[in-house]
Amino acid sequence: MHFSQVPLPENSPIPDSQISSKETGISDGHLVRPGVDLSHGGILYLDSISVSFDGFKALNELSLVVDAGELRCVIGPNGAGKTTMMDVITGKTRPDSGSAYFGQTIDLTELTEPEIAGRGIGRKFQKPTVFEKHSVFENLELARKADKRVWPTLTATLDSTARDRILTILETIQLAPEASRLAGLLSHGQKQWLEIGMLLMQEPQVLLLDEPVAGMTDDETMRSAELFLTLAGDYTLVVVEHDMDFVARIADRVTVLHEGRVLAEGSMRSVQENEQVIEVFLGR
Amino acid sequence: MLGFMPLAAPAGNFSLTRLWSGRLWGVLGAAALVLFVVVPIGNLAVPDGSVFHISDYAVTLAGKIMCYAIVALAMDLIWGYTGILSLGHGLFFALGGYAMGMYLMRSIGLDGVYKSNLPDFMVFLDWKAYPWYWSFTQHFWYCALLVVLVPGLLALVFGFFAFRSRIKGVYFSIITQALTYAAMLLFFRNDTGFGGNNGFTDFKRILGFPITAPQTRMALFMLTGAALIGFLLLGRAIVSSKLGRVLTAIRDAETRVMFSGYNPVYFKLFIWTLSAVICGIAGALYVPQVGIINPSEMSPANSIEIAIWTAVGGRGTLIGPVIGAAAVNLGKSWFTQAFPEYWLYLLGLLFILVTLYLPRGIAGLWSKGR
Repeated sequence: MHFSQVPLPENSPIPDSQISSKETGISDGHLVRPGVDLSHGGILYLDSISVSFDGFKALNELSLVVDAGELRCVIGPNGAGKTTMMDVITGKTRPDSGSAYFGQTIDLTELTEPEIAGRGIGRKFQKPTVFEKHSVFENLELARKADKRVWPTLTATLDSTARDRILTILETIQLAPEASRLAGLLSHGQKQWLEIGMLLMQEPQVLLLDEPVAGMTDDETMRSAELFLTLAGDYTLVVVEHDMDFVARIADRVTVLHEGRVLAEGSMRSVQENEQVIEVFLGR
Repeated sequence: MLGFMPLAAPAGNFSLTRLWSGRLWGVLGAAALVLFVVVPIGNLAVPDGSVFHISDYAVTLAGKIMCYAIVALAMDLIWGYTGILSLGHGLFFALGGYAMGMYLMRSIGLDGVYKSNLPDFMVFLDWKAYPWYWSFTQHFWYCALLVVLVPGLLALVFGFFAFRSRIKGVYFSIITQALTYAAMLLFFRNDTGFGGNNGFTDFKRILGFPITAPQTRMALFMLTGAALIGFLLLGRAIVSSKLGRVLTAIRDAETRVMFSGYNPVYFKLFIWTLSAVICGIAGALYVPQVGIINPSEMSPANSIEIAIWTAVGGRGTLIGPVIGAAAVNLGKSWFTQAFPEYWLYLLGLLFILVTLYLPRGIAGLWSKGR
């Protein structure tokens, strides 16, 4: 297999039958994606999702559709429900009502976190979460798409294809010189990049990124913007971010959340000119 | 196996899969020489008066300590590497011991005090026949199976529900502690059919060999040594596999493990059950050497002691807990003779001092480890 500089996922155009075991290292059912059905163009469908914690409505009839291959930014004041929305998509929180679909057929409310991850939705947390006592290389090795059940994991070996893949990602996230360092010793920005690299190793179709440039230097932020723009198209990206300059630089479409529901949606410019959005953000 | 080295990597942290270095293989070889050559000759061939003679007492003590070391090793897999503190590992040890004890009781035959086919405690209770769960226990192979299956199945079922319910940290520790305590109360009852608070003792023979004979003792000692080395190698193979790295990852960032597509429940269940089985085997080796098994082995304090050996030796190092179990128990056998009433205070103090000043235990003094 040949990987270009930016790793391409074995994505939707490839029919399932062609994702052979030889290619993916997966021998049977558990993790082979039962083809995400993208026939209507959308990859994530949230329909009137409500979640409440002790009476507080974190999400209130939230409806949202994300198209395959788009780079969507989600903004909104604190407590607008951005993180809860990601929790619902990744199976961490079960909605009280409403439905969440991955493609046309996969009901996300019925799957566990590892299952959803295996189906192709990767998530980066707000606080960078990496395996601190493992080296950068090992972090990527663990994240790599593979059969992740107990026995295959015990007997797994690292072949040259996998190693090449890891090296490619190391280049992409610019951590090649740090490959043998413990992840716990990286700077905050480097950890963010490592976590993104781990997501890429999973070969997901959707990347959910919760404040991916928080704590990064200007230079790192700019490189992140470049990276995300190259990834969009091959992957679907949903980015939650507070940094408006960053959002303006990368977003195709922006969704504004407020009090658990969608307040506005559209291009950055249209959103910025929206009366309601101005009201919420400027607190008039 | 993996030997990834394309970058000019500083040695040290760059161990993907690496069994021990040559030096440690050397240490292991030396240990095997002592276990299988020096001690047998010193005990059996060198006459009693000689300075090179190794006493039966020393052999039995060493055999006992090696059983404890196996338990500490099992504890390290679940606590040191996976971050799950069990305070009930004494239970699995005792269950393995009881399973072996059943066979040893059946092997007494008609040589008991009451010259009965039944064990003395059953005669004393006026029982006329063995209860159903003693069926087949006259066969060694069946009891050997129980040694593995009883602790293994209990751990599997208990672990499944505990891990699936995402019971973690101190809550898990407390429940395991309660589990061993409940089992102790159950085994204290005469009606349970395992000899009540006296447990099993007065064994006469094992596989037809007289159990107190020096040769039998030596065979058990060497078998225990072989088991210890075997489990060390098994443990090393596991923690240096990808699965081992997943276990450590669960310890350090479980949510990231889940969102990477691994289901932590089954990984925890695997290592937890394996750990329990290893403890059961250690218990089965312990009972014929010590000559008694009773419910006090299930007391909460015993399980806590196992955790202390592991912490003193150094968590997450495998070899450390083996050293810890040996050091603490050697100290204990001297101290409990010299100042019997102060032992528990000393043990508690030791635990506090190690936690404060030696968080990586004795092993931390040598290796940089991780």
